[in-house]
Amino acid sequence: MTLETEVGVFVAGVLNYFGTTVQQAAQCGTPHLALNEKPEMSDYTGIIQVSGKRTGVVAFTAPKSMLSVMLMRMQETDMSHENLCDLVGEIANTLSGNARRDFGHQFQISVPEVLAGRGSALAYPAAGRPIVIPIEWRNYHARLIVCLQ
Amino acid sequence: MDAQHHRLLVVDDSNVIRKRIERANELPEIEFVGAARNGREALEMHSLLRPTLVTMDLTMPEMDGSECVAELVQRDPQIRILVISALADKLTAIDALEKGASGFLCKPFTDRQLNDALRKLIGTDSRAA
Repeated sequence: MTLETEVGVFVAGVLNYFGTTVQQAAQCGTPHLALNEKPEMSDYTGIIQVSGKRTGVVAFTAPKSMLSVMLMRMQETDMSHENLCDLVGEIANTLSGNARRDFGHQFQISVPEVLAGRGSALAYPAAGRPIVIPIEWRNYHARLIVCLQ
Repeated sequence: MDAQHHRLLVVDDSNVIRKRIERANELPEIEFVGAARNGREALEMHSLLRPTLVTMDLTMPEMDGSECVAELVQRDPQIRILVISALADKLTAIDALEKGASGFLCKPFTDRQLNDALRKLIGTDSRAA
C-alpha cells in the first residue's frame, strides 16, 4: 500500500466519523510528514498501539473545546475530564479499527491510551515516519497522527 | 422469552458509547437493564440481570468481546447479541457471528442505524430477511 493510499484510508475514516457521529462534516487539510519535528499535542490525545503485519501508533489529538462540543452533539451532558478522555480514546479506536477494512485482519489494535495536556509526548517507532493529518471541524482544529512501519 | 419484552445489557469500555446506546434506543420492546465495561463485568452482570439482548464491543480490557460472546452463548443459547465494533473487516464480523453473535454493527453509527440493527435483532423489522 502506497503512503498516499494509506493516508487516504485514514482521511476517509475521519470524514466518515464526523459525518456519522456528530453529523457535521469535517475537512481534512493537507497531510504532511513530521520528520524533523514532534507533532504538536492538543489538550487530549487518544493513542492506539498497532501490532501485527504493521506496527506503530495512531493518535487523535484535539482541544477540550472541540471534544466538549462533540459530546453535546451526541446529546451527552457530562463534559467531565473522564468523558473527554473517553471520547478522544474512542475516536482513536474507531479510526484505527475502521482502517482494518483496508489493512486487513492482521492490523491488530490495542485498547486506547489517553494523554491529557498539551505538553504530552507521543512515542513513535524509531524508524517510523509520522504523518500528520490536520482536521478542521466547525472552528476547531485537531490532528490525526499516523506512524506505521 | 416474552416476544414483546427484551432486557438489554450494553457492554463497551467507553462510557460515552454505553450512554449513547442507552439513550438512542427508541424501541418500546427493549428495556435497558444495565451496562458493563468489559467482558468480565458482562458475565457477572449476566448472572445478576439475566439480559435477553446484549450489545457487545470487541476491543476491551480484561476480557474482550469475542471471548465474552462465546461464553454468553454457552450459558444461554437463546441470548441475542449485537456486536458493535470499530473493527471493520469482514473476518472480524464473520468470527463474531461464528462465536454466536446475531448481528454486527460497525462504529461509527447513527441512532437510526442502531435502532434498525436492534429491530432486526428482535425480529420486528419487516425488511429483515
